[in-house]
Amino acid sequence: MSRLLTIKDLWIEGRSDEQWNPIINGASLHLDKGEVLGLIGESGAGKSTLGLAAMGFVRDGVRISKGSVDFDGVDLTKASADKKRKLLGSRIAYVAQSAAASFNPAHRLIDQHVEAPVQHGIRSRAESEADGIELYAKLRLPDPEHIGFRYPHQVSGGQLQRAMTAMAMACRPDLIIFDEPTTALDVTTQIEVLAAIREIVDQFGTAAIYITHDLAVVAQMADRIKVLLKGDEVEEADTRTMLTAPTEDYTKSLWAVRSFERPKKPAVPADQTPLVSIRNVSAAYGTAKVLDDVSFDIHPGRTVAVVGESGSGKSTTARCITGLLPPIAGSIEFDGNPLAPDYRKRSKDQLRQVQMIYQMADTALNPRMSIGQIIARPVQFYMGLSGKALRARVDDLLEQIELPSDQYYHRLPSELSGGQKQRIGIARALAAEPRMIICDEVTSALDQLVAEGILRLLARLQDELGLAYMFITHDLATVRAIADEVVVMQQGKVVEAGPKDDMFKPPHHPYTDLLLSSVPEMDPDWLTELLKERGVDNIGDAATAKM
Amino acid sequence: MRSVQLIILQRLGLGLLTLLVVSMVIFIAVNSLPGDFAQAILGQGATPEAVEAIRQQIGLDKPPVTRYFEWLGGAVTGDMGVSFAQANFASNFGSTSNTGVTVVDQIAPRLANTMFLAGVTALIAVPLAVTLGILAALYRNSVFDKAANIFTLSSISSPEFFVAYILILLLAVLNPIFPSLSNIFNDMPFDARLKATMLPALTLTLVVTAHMMRMTRAAIINLLASPYIEMARLKGMSPLRVIVTHALPNALAPIINVIALNLAYLITGVVVVEVVFVYPGIGQLFVDSVKIRDIPVVQACCLIFAAAYILLNLTADILSILSNPRLRHPK
Amino acid sequence: MSALLWIAAGLVGMFAVAWAGRWAGQKATGNAPRFRDMPLAVAFGYVAAVVALVGVLIGYVNAYSADPAIANKYFFLWVAVNGLVIFGIAGWLFRLLGRSVGSAATRKLFRQMPLTASFGILVIILYAILAIFAGVIAPYGQSEILGAANVIPGGNPAVGGDPAYPLGTDQIGRDILSRLIYGAQNTVGIAFVTTLIAFVLGGTFGFIAALVGGWVDQLLSRMVDVLMAIPSLIFSLLLMTIASVWADGEKGLLTLYMILIIAVIDSTRVFRLARAVGSGIVVMDYIEAARLRGEGIRWIMFREILPNATAPLLAEFGLRFCFVFLTIASLSFLGVGIQPPLADWGTMVRDLAPFINFAAFAPLVATAPLMAAGAIALLTVAVNFVVDWMLHKSSGLKE
Repeated sequence: MSRLLTIKDLWIEGRSDEQWNPIINGASLHLDKGEVLGLIGESGAGKSTLGLAAMGFVRDGVRISKGSVDFDGVDLTKASADKKRKLLGSRIAYVAQSAAASFNPAHRLIDQHVEAPVQHGIRSRAESEADGIELYAKLRLPDPEHIGFRYPHQVSGGQLQRAMTAMAMACRPDLIIFDEPTTALDVTTQIEVLAAIREIVDQFGTAAIYITHDLAVVAQMADRIKVLLKGDEVEEADTRTMLTAPTEDYTKSLWAVRSFERPKKPAVPADQTPLVSIRNVSAAYGTAKVLDDVSFDIHPGRTVAVVGESGSGKSTTARCITGLLPPIAGSIEFDGNPLAPDYRKRSKDQLRQVQMIYQMADTALNPRMSIGQIIARPVQFYMGLSGKALRARVDDLLEQIELPSDQYYHRLPSELSGGQKQRIGIARALAAEPRMIICDEVTSALDQLVAEGILRLLARLQDELGLAYMFITHDLATVRAIADEVVVMQQGKVVEAGPKDDMFKPPHHPYTDLLLSSVPEMDPDWLTELLKERGVDNIGDAATAKM
Repeated sequence: MRSVQLIILQRLGLGLLTLLVVSMVIFIAVNSLPGDFAQAILGQGATPEAVEAIRQQIGLDKPPVTRYFEWLGGAVTGDMGVSFAQANFASNFGSTSNTGVTVVDQIAPRLANTMFLAGVTALIAVPLAVTLGILAALYRNSVFDKAANIFTLSSISSPEFFVAYILILLLAVLNPIFPSLSNIFNDMPFDARLKATMLPALTLTLVVTAHMMRMTRAAIINLLASPYIEMARLKGMSPLRVIVTHALPNALAPIINVIALNLAYLITGVVVVEVVFVYPGIGQLFVDSVKIRDIPVVQACCLIFAAAYILLNLTADILSILSNPRLRHPK
Repeated sequence: MSALLWIAAGLVGMFAVAWAGRWAGQKATGNAPRFRDMPLAVAFGYVAAVVALVGVLIGYVNAYSADPAIANKYFFLWVAVNGLVIFGIAGWLFRLLGRSVGSAATRKLFRQMPLTASFGILVIILYAILAIFAGVIAPYGQSEILGAANVIPGGNPAVGGDPAYPLGTDQIGRDILSRLIYGAQNTVGIAFVTTLIAFVLGGTFGFIAALVGGWVDQLLSRMVDVLMAIPSLIFSLLLMTIASVWADGEKGLLTLYMILIIAVIDSTRVFRLARAVGSGIVVMDYIEAARLRGEGIRWIMFREILPNATAPLLAEFGLRFCFVFLTIASLSFLGVGIQPPLADWGTMVRDLAPFINFAAFAPLVATAPLMAAGAIALLTVAVNFVVDWMLHKSSGLKE
């Protein structure tokens, strides 16, 4: 195989606060024709910047300060704007994270598809339209003859992502940069897109750089994996070696995250009164019904994971429990007593018993209050403590979440990292001394290592304080790590509910099965086997069924 | 398509409703005058007959609701009553005859003049501002952008009369190119009329261009940050093509909005500028009528200004709906 | 027609120079990216800038011409260039001062500040001092009639000035300098109070609308929509007409009415902003957390929302102040705003405006109305510079 792309000692800087700060520190990589390189790293690792730099492109306020990007004999860092433009689109193509935002809303898909081949003088308009339809068919888009004549907003997210892959293929490039193409999609949709991408890349022998933060995904797609951390290279090896025998500590820690799992708890005694009992709850936003006859129990000291894809109604269930969205039918009982549907009608003590932790720690903490003030307020409000007793209680709470009070008490949320902010959110919930905490996707905005720390902290607190958790998540790995019972939701209905072990063992409800089997595993052969198992045509069917 | 038509009909209805409510506000404001306002308007020296004449003329004996609908009906059919200035003049001679100039007679020629002024301004300002705004957005943070920023900020911040006097100083007094007073009369040849209109038009252009340019710049910068623009660049499209086929179709709505908003702004600007240049337009008439408390004229001018303002905002609204692909091609 | 031909020829010539310059640059630097990737339009921009600078320079030199006709013609250009340079230096010195005195935080602020913003702050401080201590600083009273009208500024007897009145006296013999200084107190003070009232009104109702929502929000928002459908200067002129009947010749009362009228009209704009900012904050999770905790509306409004709305509200305060200030100046200029005997810049411009026609042969005389108008412009420009910097800073922080 011949060498296609060589990046040597590349340094990239970004401008902020009136000075240049490093983003990539001396990265080097190489890619042969037809090879797929996986670039992985947590947020802020500089993977997207590096991916774009491989196209000789930097965003505004970013510059390449040193190094070279050699694409098939042309140094893209030194080439003229015209020369680079001739390569982009025709020989190097790009697939962006959000297809919905990256398609121009003013033009039909096919017009955007044929733009590159026509403008680069590779194919005539008629030819590339015919070719586009063929590519749509290859990528298993429903109704390939006509889908291109729609506008981007008329097509679903997963389909758009495949249409964008088709667009990247329009000139049969030598290299495609995939920048987190499936991150914004639900797991069941992700599978279809992954399969489609892999197939077409194989078929045309296109080289690719596949950027993602998801190890399991990259394991399916890449021949070789490169790990980045804060702009520095950590290590690089071929996929199987990397998965089985990583050498660096950081890489090992990334792999290890998935191994956390809590010991199993004994079954709930049959006569125990549930702490929260949701009875036949239905809810609606205006006329759109979003919850349909939902029932399940949460017992003291247990964790109930509510799982489902976006739009399944899991967060709405939480809003019904907290009283933000009064249900249109059904009731919610707390410790055997009915709760008023509207939170404004509930007593202070009832409000205190159920606390919430939010997904985005950034918006969950008042940016103008210090950490001490944020945690002190519930203590002051519910317990009426003040002065020294209040301060002592806040110190105590900060200790529980493993942040030393003397360092953090006077800081503002903006001075904290994402994981630390999430801990403050936990402390604020604890400060009310609740019996139940609703955790709404609390780890999904965090990097894997940090998320792991939060899960361990929550598990410890549950053991110490006997809290009940309602754990809303779309991530089955998290469910496996922390849940006692699992509730699976789809389109506002409970599909299946029961203890965790039953859930991960067949037989399942078909939707649970689809959900479970769609979660990528670290095994590089997983996708191949799954496709074999489902039969390739199934994916196409699933796609059509989603129409 | 049906949903778009529905939305547009809704907007039109809302615009009409707003206009109706605005007319009510104007009417109520004028009728909140204390005591006998016929007396107040004419002053202490007026003869009782004159006061009585006014009172009958505006029908103070009728209930307010009836008066409102009479006024509104008149306004719709082009009859806005008789100017007090004329009635006042008549009253000083003890005459009660109703031969005064009607409000419409007073307003119509002046409205035409003002439209001419606004038209000339728009013709210069719109292309200039949009081009400069796009340039500033394309070369943002360059010397040109920074200089333009300082210049536009300064001209937005300056009162219109400051800009006007500077232009008089430069283009009328020091370099006598244009007349400093806009002496406009009927049957004036077009080029002479244009010349006389030039200074007020330039003053308004300076102020409006600055606003429009800043807003266009902001809209375009906002747009250029979208992922689909980056995508077009990454497809190797030339800068010109990125602008023309990818940015412009999406920029249309914000730019139309900016233009309409600023034309609406012109309406306010016209008042001061017409006074400075003694330009015989509706703005000057308005100010003069305010000073002599000629309430029917003030009322009518107010309604015309508000209607123009609402109409322009409505146009902007509807045009931006029409240029939105999401609404034009529903799912 | 020939003028147009000359302009066209000039443009073509500039394009030719731009093209040649770019070509020369490419050759001289061995095709460096700077020249290689330069569009012709940018090259043309550089040429145009050079032409403009040279033009200004020639004009500046002409101001020293022995021929008074030419010198007078370029006198105002000379003033403008000198003013710009002096303002620039003053802003620069002030920034230097800010960088070396004060707390670490303010010093950091000044280090990142553009020249325009430091100049703006300096001007605002100066105006504030003038406004507060007008009575101490002004040499004469604001309505004191002192003697003969003599509008020649500079106080140089050789050109006809009077050293007792540094900026001359107006048509009825009042000291222009004193009136300008009192104008700061009257015009700026009244505008400031008006803006403050508008903010209290609009801010309170805006936040309530955002927080309470429902029919309260609908009612308030629709009311504001209607009030905003009438252009504000037109609406204030209408209401001022009515107010003048109400006030019945009492000038103090009329000024008070004007403050209230403009405050109410302007509070609609503040309402819109406060409501938008408020509803942006109300959807935040920390507000939900506070509601679920059972906090009352007062805590949520003053402790959770307000502290997070100060930055946009402060910037808006600056903009609204400029707007109010210009509206009042315009009303006064039109003769229905601040009433005599109070000295006020808008009225001064109107009264002194005829002198502008003397510019061709007595440029000094023509400066009188421009000084009053310039005083208005200087303050609004300064406030806008500061606000622009604040907005730029807060938008930059989000990235």
